[in-house]
Amino acid sequence: MSTVVAATTSSKATKVLGWLTLAGFSVLVALAFAWVPEDTRITEQGDVVGQFDAVRLMFVHVPSAILAYTGFGLTLLASLAYLRWRTDWWDMMAHASAEIGVVFGVLTLATGSIWGRPTWQTWWEWGDVRLVTTLVMVLVFVGYLAVRRIPAETAVRARRSVVIALVGAVNIVIVNRSVDWWENRTLHQQSTLIARKIRDETLFTLSFSFAVGMVLFAWLLLHRFRLAYLEGQIEQLEVDEALEERRAEAGLSDDSEEQP
Amino acid sequence: MRQTARMVPLRVTAVFRDAWLIAGKDLKIEMRARVGINQIVPFAVTVLVLFAFALDTDQEALRTYAPGLFWVTVLLASLLAIGRSFAVDLADGASDRLLLSGIDPIAVFGGKAAAIAIQLVVLEVLLAAGVVLLFDVTVHRYGLLVCAGLAAAVGVATAGTLYGALVSGLGVRETLLPMLLLPVVAPVLIGATRAFQDAFGVAGAEGWAWLGLLAGFAAIYGVFGALSYGALLEEA
Repeated sequence: MSTVVAATTSSKATKVLGWLTLAGFSVLVALAFAWVPEDTRITEQGDVVGQFDAVRLMFVHVPSAILAYTGFGLTLLASLAYLRWRTDWWDMMAHASAEIGVVFGVLTLATGSIWGRPTWQTWWEWGDVRLVTTLVMVLVFVGYLAVRRIPAETAVRARRSVVIALVGAVNIVIVNRSVDWWENRTLHQQSTLIARKIRDETLFTLSFSFAVGMVLFAWLLLHRFRLAYLEGQIEQLEVDEALEERRAEAGLSDDSEEQP
Repeated sequence: MRQTARMVPLRVTAVFRDAWLIAGKDLKIEMRARVGINQIVPFAVTVLVLFAFALDTDQEALRTYAPGLFWVTVLLASLLAIGRSFAVDLADGASDRLLLSGIDPIAVFGGKAAAIAIQLVVLEVLLAAGVVLLFDVTVHRYGLLVCAGLAAAVGVATAGTLYGALVSGLGVRETLLPMLLLPVVAPVLIGATRAFQDAFGVAGAEGWAWLGLLAGFAAIYGVFGALSYGALLEEA
């Protein structure tokens, strides 16, 4: 009979990561609101243009998008690894990373929409490739999580999940291409970082937000992974208890069952 | 080695023969039960009529948006056709017997996808007539219309068969199938709508280029579905 080996998802590593996330996020808020100036530029005609205070949302929006794609990418890798090694470890990793990916995907869409209203004068733009691709990706992985919630044997659930994750990943590429051909235009900034159009303070804070985001991702992933492990342990315990009860009802013990 | 080389064409032939058998079985059941013609087609026509109500009898708007409305209707109706295809197999343990019959899962996938695709093509023909009559649309490119209709039907059928098998046997299959399938077939909706816009002459889209996307989608899901269907059948 299996036993629960740990009743908590916490460990020394998660505590360190948790405190690092909290401290990093506090510094990020201070940098974003106190150090980074609002985004303004003066045109040749003398007009003041830019994103103004909305630029501060970038420090949540951009890392969220990267974490969402990291989560879905990790789900794909873990699903492929499951196909190769068929261990629960990879299945739980795929589950944990998909859930985090969906959370950050929704956050990306929400913050992007709030950012887009003052910057692009619209809450949503259907012609934008990255926007629509991210939306479809989140919807596909919401379906993935729905399938994972259906009670089933671990191996059966894992096989179903692998198919959805692989199809979803392939589909992202097709959706991306189709939306690109659909409108062939984007509102997203193409090369802000590459062209170095960004201020030094903004660039530093953005880089710092990536670092904080990655620590947060690792913290969430460890907790979610361990939670999945404990869920599996509880499921097994319940099965064992149910078997014990049936054996007791039938007047069988473990010893008598093994007799020929 | 020579024997193995001979076995491969034999196996391919057997797969096609078995796929044809499965498709024939599904189509025969549909022709006898007439669920498609008595329920799915009327449902699709009703959706078209509801679109007309929603657009406030504006003939110009209906003509302009006819390609998109057509494909949304096809996708909604396809959910019923896919669900029906697997519900038939669940009854009386038919899916278990299919599994025990020793037929290659690739053949089962191909047969079921072919049957669904044929039903969708019939539905498309009827709906196209409905769109021409109700929305006052004129067809300018018949070749493009036919090719895009076929490619999109195969794409929806292959993706639908894959997901249909995945949710088959689950208590929540009716709600789960649309949730899983509709985001995945979004590229088909985009591609087929653009191709039909060109075929109907309502927008300057490059219809034949979009046909490539539809064919690519059908090929990818065809291959993926065929390869993974065995694993899905075992657990359905």
